[in-house]
Parts: sequence; C-alpha cells; structure tokens
Amino acid sequence: MNKPINQSGWKPGTPVASDGSEHPTVTGNKALMLEEALIFEIGGTDTCGVDLPETPTDLPSRLGDFGRKQGTGLPGLSEPETVRHYTRLSRQNYGIDLGFFPLGSCTMKHNPRLNEKVARMPGFADVHPMQPTDTVQGALGAMNELAHWLIELTGMHSVAMSPKAGAHGELCGILCIRAALEARGDARKVVLVPESAHGTNPATAAFAGYATEDIPANKDGRVDLEALKERLGPDVAAVMITNPNTCGLFERDMKAISDAVHEAGGFVYCDGANFNAIMGRVKPGDLGVDAMHINLHKTFSTPHGGGGPGSGPVVLSEALSPFGPLPFTARTDDGYIHLVEEENADEYDHTSAFGRMTAFHGQMGMFSRALTYILSHGADGLRTAAGDAVLNANYILRQLEGDFDAPFAASGPCMHEALFSDEGFAEGFSTLDLAKGLIDEGFHPMTMYFPLVVHGAMLIEPTETESKAGIDQFIMAMKSLGERVKAGDEALKSAPHHAPRARLDEAQAARKPILSWMRDEG
Amino acid sequence: MGMGPYGPTPLRLARFARQVSLPSRLRQGHWIKTMRYLPLTETDRTAILDAIGASSVDALFTDVPSDLYLNGPIEGLPLHATEMAVEKHMRKLSKQNLAAADAAFFLGAGAYKHHVPATVDHLIQRGEFLTAYTPYQPEIAQGTLQMLFEFQTQVAKLYGCEIANASLYDGSTACWEAVAMAARVTRKKRHVLSGALHPHYAEVVRTMAKFTEDEIAGANVKLTARPDDDGLIARIDENTASVVVQYPDILGRIPDLQKIADAAHAVGAKLIVVNTEPVALGALEAPGNLGADIVVGEGQALGVGLQFGGPYLGLFAISDPKMVRQMPGRLCGETVDADGKRGFVLTLSTREQHIRREKATSNICTNSGLCALAFSIHMTLLGDKGLKGLAAENHRLACIAADRLAKVPGVTVLNDHFFNEFTLIFDADARQLVRDLAEQNILAGVSLGRLFPNDDCNGLIVAVTETTTVEDIETLASALEEKLS
Amino acid sequence: MARYFTEEHEWIEVDGETAIIGITDFAQEQLGDVVFVEVPDTGAEFTKGAEAAVVESVKAASDVYAPIAGTVLEGNSALEDEPELVNTAPEAEGWFFKLTIADKGELEGLMDAKAYKAFCDEL
Repeated sequence: MNKPINQSGWKPGTPVASDGSEHPTVTGNKALMLEEALIFEIGGTDTCGVDLPETPTDLPSRLGDFGRKQGTGLPGLSEPETVRHYTRLSRQNYGIDLGFFPLGSCTMKHNPRLNEKVARMPGFADVHPMQPTDTVQGALGAMNELAHWLIELTGMHSVAMSPKAGAHGELCGILCIRAALEARGDARKVVLVPESAHGTNPATAAFAGYATEDIPANKDGRVDLEALKERLGPDVAAVMITNPNTCGLFERDMKAISDAVHEAGGFVYCDGANFNAIMGRVKPGDLGVDAMHINLHKTFSTPHGGGGPGSGPVVLSEALSPFGPLPFTARTDDGYIHLVEEENADEYDHTSAFGRMTAFHGQMGMFSRALTYILSHGADGLRTAAGDAVLNANYILRQLEGDFDAPFAASGPCMHEALFSDEGFAEGFSTLDLAKGLIDEGFHPMTMYFPLVVHGAMLIEPTETESKAGIDQFIMAMKSLGERVKAGDEALKSAPHHAPRARLDEAQAARKPILSWMRDEG
Repeated sequence: MGMGPYGPTPLRLARFARQVSLPSRLRQGHWIKTMRYLPLTETDRTAILDAIGASSVDALFTDVPSDLYLNGPIEGLPLHATEMAVEKHMRKLSKQNLAAADAAFFLGAGAYKHHVPATVDHLIQRGEFLTAYTPYQPEIAQGTLQMLFEFQTQVAKLYGCEIANASLYDGSTACWEAVAMAARVTRKKRHVLSGALHPHYAEVVRTMAKFTEDEIAGANVKLTARPDDDGLIARIDENTASVVVQYPDILGRIPDLQKIADAAHAVGAKLIVVNTEPVALGALEAPGNLGADIVVGEGQALGVGLQFGGPYLGLFAISDPKMVRQMPGRLCGETVDADGKRGFVLTLSTREQHIRREKATSNICTNSGLCALAFSIHMTLLGDKGLKGLAAENHRLACIAADRLAKVPGVTVLNDHFFNEFTLIFDADARQLVRDLAEQNILAGVSLGRLFPNDDCNGLIVAVTETTTVEDIETLASALEEKLS
Repeated sequence: MARYFTEEHEWIEVDGETAIIGITDFAQEQLGDVVFVEVPDTGAEFTKGAEAAVVESVKAASDVYAPIAGTVLEGNSALEDEPELVNTAPEAEGWFFKLTIADKGELEGLMDAKAYKAFCDEL
C-alpha cells in the first residue's frame, strides 16, 4: 500500500502529533504498546505468504460453468508481516498467562503446556473422523479413557461425549430428559430454573419446547426446598440446578431436592459449570443428579482461546442413558473400541437415542488435553485441586467481607467463588467502575452483574492455580478500590487509563452496526 | 458386548474400569510428591486456614452431607503422575492411530487435509490468544476483537455475503442454526433438504427439528452425474421456509445455485447454502453471488486440521444485513473509545442467551475462537492470490486423479463436474475395500456405505488436495486395480 | 387530550378514538442508551397486555406491552434510524406506536401524571 499507516492524524509540517496524551507520538505507538492496522489496510490481493504452486494456466477444468467470475477481494500478507500483525494484536489481550483472571463461574485456571504438546501428536491431530476404526484405536481409546474418568469422578452411569460446548451439553441433557419422558408417554411442559442460573439454562429449556418457571431461593442464597416441593407436580419435566450454585454455595439440600423431583416423576439436570469445586470431594451421582454437563475448558484446563472452542460431555444417570445421542464409543471384551453410529446402534442395545448433535464424534482436540490434565493430577491431585480452589475463595471472602457487602457470607463457607454486592458504593458509582479500575491494577475483572439475584454482583473465582502471593496482591488492590468507590473517586469513572483502549462506545456499535470491512470496494 | 459410556449395567462398567489399568502404572519415581500445577505450599495452606478460622480444608465442605463426602481419592483411579510419564502414555495412544501424513490419504466428506503453514500454529499458541477469555472486557481484548472483525470480513468476502458472525461450533450445527433462522425470518416451518447434503448434517437438522417441530423434507441421495436440481426444486412449495443445498455436494458435484435460488425466492423461501470445503471457493463462484440468503459451512480446511472431527469451525454469513437481528452467534463490531480511537466490541448481544435467556435466538454461548484465529491467519497468509493458487492446485491434482482412477478396469467416475472431490462407482463393496486398503497404509476415501448405511448405495468418495502427490494417486490406482481385478 | 401512565412505565396519549403510546422518561433512564426499537406493523391487533414492541439497550432487551387493546395505525419509523430518540425525547418524538382504541373502559384505573410520579418515587 502506498500510504503510511497514520492513526494519529499527524500531518507534515506540524512538529508533533496530538492524541490528547502527555507525550504524543506520530505513529500512535507508545514504545512496546504498538498500534496495529487492519489487514485490509496493510494487505493486498497480490500479496501472499505461502508457497504458490506453479500451476499451468491452460488447465483442464471440471468446474463446468460454475467457476468464480468475481475476485474474493481477500487481502494477503507476507509471512513476516503476518507474524508481526498477529503478534502485535496478541499484545492487546489479557490472558491467564499474564495474570490473575478471577472470573466467577468461568474457572480460568492455568492451561498446562503439556496438554498442547499432546493435542498436537499426529495420532490425535492428524486423523480423519471417518477413517476405518482399525486405524484410530488410539484416538477412540483416549476418548474412552476420558469417558471412564468422567463417569468415575461424577458417579454417573454413562457419558455422551459429542456435545461441542457447555450449552450444547446442556441441550443434550435436556433432550435426553425430553426423550425419556416421551418414551413413557408423559408430556410434561415445565422446567424449573433458579433465578441465579446461567442464561443458557432457560434458553436451552425454551429451545427444547419447555416453559420455564423460577425456583424460589431462600435468604441464605440456596434453593428453597419447601417452596420447590410445593411447585412440583405432574407438569414439571425437570429442574435445572447449578451446584455449587452461582452464589458460591453448595446446595446442601441437593439430595432431598433430587428425591422430591424424582418422586414427582421429573428429572434433575445439574449445570456442571462449577464442578471444579467438588471434583473428588462428592459425586453428583450420589446427589441424585440425572444429567450434568462438564465444561472441559473450565474444570479440566483446556484453553478458552478467546471464546472457544469448548467441550461439554454430559454424564447421564441409568434412567437417561438409553436416550444418549449418537455416535459414541464402545469397548468390547477383546479390548477393541467400536464407534457406534446410526447403522449399528441396535447391535449395542442403544435403539432409543434421541438423535445426533454434531457431524462427528466431539472435540477430540479437547479430549486429549483434558485427559492429559486428568492423568497429570490423578485422583489425588484433582481432589487437592478442588480443595485449594475452595480454600482460595474462602480466603478472599473472609479478607474482603469487611470491605464489601458479602450477602451470603453468613451462610457458611463458600465453595470455589466468593460473591459481593455494590452496596455502600458512593452515589453514581457502579460495579463496572470498580472493574475497570481493576484493569488498571493489572487484573482481569471478576464476573459482574451475575448472578442477577444480587445487586451489582461481583463474583470472584480464584481457582487453585493462583499463588498466595498473587491472591494477596489482588486483595490489596480490591481493598484500595473499595475505598475509592466508597469515597467516589472520579478517576474511576473514566478508568481504565492504562489499557490499550479507554472505555468503548458500545451504544454506537449497536445503533449503527459496522460488522465487516467493506469500505475498499466503494 | 457394549462396554462403552452408555453400557447399561453396572457390571459392564466395572469390567470397563478394570480394563483401563495402564495409567495406574504411570506413577513411578520418587520426585513427584508435589503437584506441578498447584502453587500453594503446605505453609500457605496453613496460613490461609488460620486466616479464615477453619480447622482444615475438609471443614470447608461442611455443607456436603457427611455420608456422601469422599474422605480420600476415589478408589480404583490412578494417582498423579509426572509430565514425563503422562507424555509417554499419551504418545503410546497416539501411535495406535494411522496418521494422515503417514498414509496415501484420500478422505474428505466434510473434513479435509490441507497443509497448514507453521506460522499458524505458532501464532495461535501465543498465551495472549490461547489463554484469553471471551472478549467481554474490550479495553483489554482488542487483539481477539480485531481478529474477529477481520475474520468476519474474510468469511463474508469468501462467501460473497454482507455479514458473517464470529463463528459457531462446526458446520453441522451452523447448518441447523441457519434452518432455525430461516424459520424465524419467514415464520414458516417447512425445510427442504437436498438429498446430497452431508448425511450427518441432515441428521443434526432432523434431531433438532424434532424438538422445535419444524418439518424436514429430505430425500434419498441419487447417484447421478449431476445433482438432481430439478427434483429439489419440485419439492419446494408455498409453505417452504428454507431450501438447504450443499455446494459442492457430498458426492463432489456442483449444483446450479442460481436456479435453485430463483425457485426458492419465488415462494418466499430462503436459500441456505452449505459449504464444507472453503478452498473450493477460490475456484467456484461465491454462493452469495448466486442468490444464497444464508451461507454456512465448515472452516476446518483452513488452519484447523483434521483433529478426528473436532474442534472445528462453523462459518455463518447472510446476504441481507436487515436479517442481522435474527442471526445466531457472537458478532464483533467497530466503534470508538472515549478518546476517539478506533476499537472493537462484541455487539448486538441482546440477541444472545445471557441477556434474552428463554427468548434468545439460540442457546449457544460460545464461538470457536481459537479455530477462527487459525482460519483467519491461514487466510491472511493466502490472500486472494494464494487462495486462487491453492484452489487451482487442488483442482489440477483432482483432475489427474480422476483421469487416472477412471482408467482402472471396472471403475467409473460419477461426476460430470467436481472441485477436489469426486465419487467412484464400482461393483465391489467399497466399505470393505476401504478397510482392506487401510492395511496397506492407503486411506482410500469415504465409502457411501459408511455415510448412507440405510440407502443401500455403493461407491467411494475420493478427495484430493495439494498434499496429495502423484505417487499417492498411483498407489491408490494400483491398489484398486489389484483389488478389483 | 389526556395522558395516562401504567405501572409498566408506558404513557398513553388519548385523542378521541386513537392513542399514542411510548415509554416514560423514568423507563428510558433505567434502560440506559437505547440502541434498537422494534415497533409493530400497521394493522396488528393487540389485546391488553400483549407483547407489542421491543426496546433494546446495550445490555438489556425489554418487551413493551400493549397497555390497552386496539389496532395499530402506525409504528414510529423514525426509531429505526434514530433509536436514541427514546433517550432524548421519550415522551414526544420517541413515541412507539399509535392505535385505535378498542375499549375506552380499559383506560380506567390507569394513573395520571401526578399519580405516576408518586408511583416512581416509591420505587
């Protein structure tokens, strides 16, 4: 391209640029903090960073009349430019590798690099999903081995491995429940969901054709067992419960809840987002759960990758197992691992599957990572990890309950996350302001405004992979920010001040959406 | 006989448990008293317990009923292991597979083996990308957000559409989401599926439609030299919300999209085009330029790799920007920050589950971010020139392969037209043939018997990419000559 | 002309047989920056309490219910390009839709400006 990249608006003849900052630069760069243009501004359709084959021009074509007549307009960059482009972009991101990431209910734990190494082994990374099963016994074996761990850790009967993420797993579980009810000719219409649930719960239930109703909570922040019992009846298909719940508390009546739901002919779905707190400490199967998805990207350390891919296997009770989706793996006595699909499901006594959720078998790249993590920890290490996660969260709760309103601090020890509200903040100051202040202190904000049952909620999940020194530094920053929001420190209203960007205008983005770069075509 | 995850009796599960005995031998050596991913020392734990006034970690689990609380590691499961031991175990499992690179490889049918430049995998492993969360805090997530904005534009341009989202799980789930969106936009519930749509995609659509009470009108695949466009058009009626057609189709043939689009639009139906091989669009006209309303596909072929079926990358784009509020999935948009600098944010999120809850356009809450990054980097390295060159090379080799394989006695090439994948017809059972050839390190393709087990059709889908050599083609041709003679 | 208010923070301006409906200043303040409004099509018929329109801010989507039954005469098309009118002029140019009143009896029991102010002060 023939124009220099100039995002500061500098013009020749003026000695320095002005970007409103104390020491402006002409390029907009600030030493190691480098601005980066879009590939559409720096690339060209003639630029290319790969080997181009010497394809002769007089090729025979079997494309018929369907050949491309218009160019794609896709810009290319050379390899050095590509490396620089994405390296610069990466440096405008926060990640677990950089610092403390206390997002409640997201379990942002360390992502071990052995996982990455294993996932790239050719036997997992370079095999096609439709190869003959003789040629993929190791990949199927890894899936089966992970399935075994998930069944044992949860005390459940079986596991559906194919769901692609947590919400997909949730859908899988609810579809199993609907299939089970239909199989007994029982058309129930209602799914009960607590107000504190993740938004995916009601969205999933609605998709599966259910009306949702709130489950009342008691003042401790737990499900109100008696109120729930009163609501149960022949129209209730299932209850969806998150345990530990999103207030950070263990549902101590879980077994009684499950018994009551089962007695009323319904099923219990457990959102497994918070399984990290209890793995190796209690088995959901023992609590009467019928279906629970497991976010491998939370509990079992597969990377979040800036928003996926996730992986959401669903463990199932004996009652729901016959309805699990295809395909799945089955191991016979000879040690051979079979792939059970639509054509051979009857050979494996699995004729009631509700269907298929995805083209292939699930997130193999995540299975190999999760299994690697699980084998590294072992049964003892996973149990210790859950304990450390809970220990760290209680440390934060008790260190900060004097500085912030902690609505459920009196409800006993928390599990893996600590919940605070915005009560006591100066007029006009919000949780958002505090969160943006945390960014300036070098931390990723906690989960905000969730769960909805607490005003200005701040949900903090430290995980087990944070050092005590790191947590102490965070506590110190929180205490300072607590004083500032109570005092009404105006500087917080415009925070962050040290991030690559100041607060972004989200209203403009939504009012006049610009969702792709189409300008160059005029 | 079923010992797998759905095995119905506890006895089977118990036997299953004993068979997985290998990892229990992982624990060896004397230096593994510490757990390498846990920073807390015993001193730290004691200090924290003192600070919070608890007697032990176990005491923090007081809300768990004591009769259900596990007092020690779950029995029968292996204990923690060294990095070295785990790697060794996983390597052993990895070796029990025939990797594509070690075979003469011709599988496609929705997943393609392409060369992924080394740069791609290096860049996606930068911790700031790999270990970042969904970019809900845009001030410290501009890297992911700008990348998504670029990705959305790349997908829109590739598909000849106006707007693409930030990706979905994979091609098959994107296909279902397109069907659901067409129902929302047209307020009709009947969907006409081409018989040559990938059968797994069709099965995902059928599974979901059972629960939303959409009507799915499918058809059996016909083994003809050209797709049965007229048969598809004949099935479109006034109640039709969408017509779903794959391009190129599962047999590698190329449907006449414009003709189908005209027929769909005449009754107010939306044309959904499914593409499983994005490289094809370096040579074939973009579906958006041929009347498609929604274009979805699998992006795995660029940057992502085979990975035994996942994680993959669902692509989703629309031609009419007015439909954007009915679109599923995350969207990244351009805006400015408080200092007036250009920046990017996730936008129009009121469509999504975390806000609309039971009224959301979809229950999906994630995209396939890291795979989108890999796709985007690969696409940036290619550019228009590289994509066209790559497509030309794929097509050149596919033509060579088709010509050579057609010379095998008893073999005919079904397709009049194809891009890099075509279907061979012969008398022998293709499914058994694929299994037999695998023993000679030839992964010959995907048999129709595997894909359409209930349709009683026989044939072999063969995919050829730039990674296929002329020697590979000769190996397959010779093996077919020997087996079919 | 008379103006009525509902507990769902809608205002209704009645002029003979027709009514203009919008959301109150209090409501827009609670919503924050309005980014999108979906108004009903002309001719749509609503019963009292039916979902009639959608108003979205950056972080929230809310349904607007028909405060009285009627047939839609016109939706405010200006909101398509300028949803911010709901913030800047909620009880004037930022109106949502006009309808023919089906049953004037439904107006009884709605609040006047003074009662609505008292209602908001209690929230």
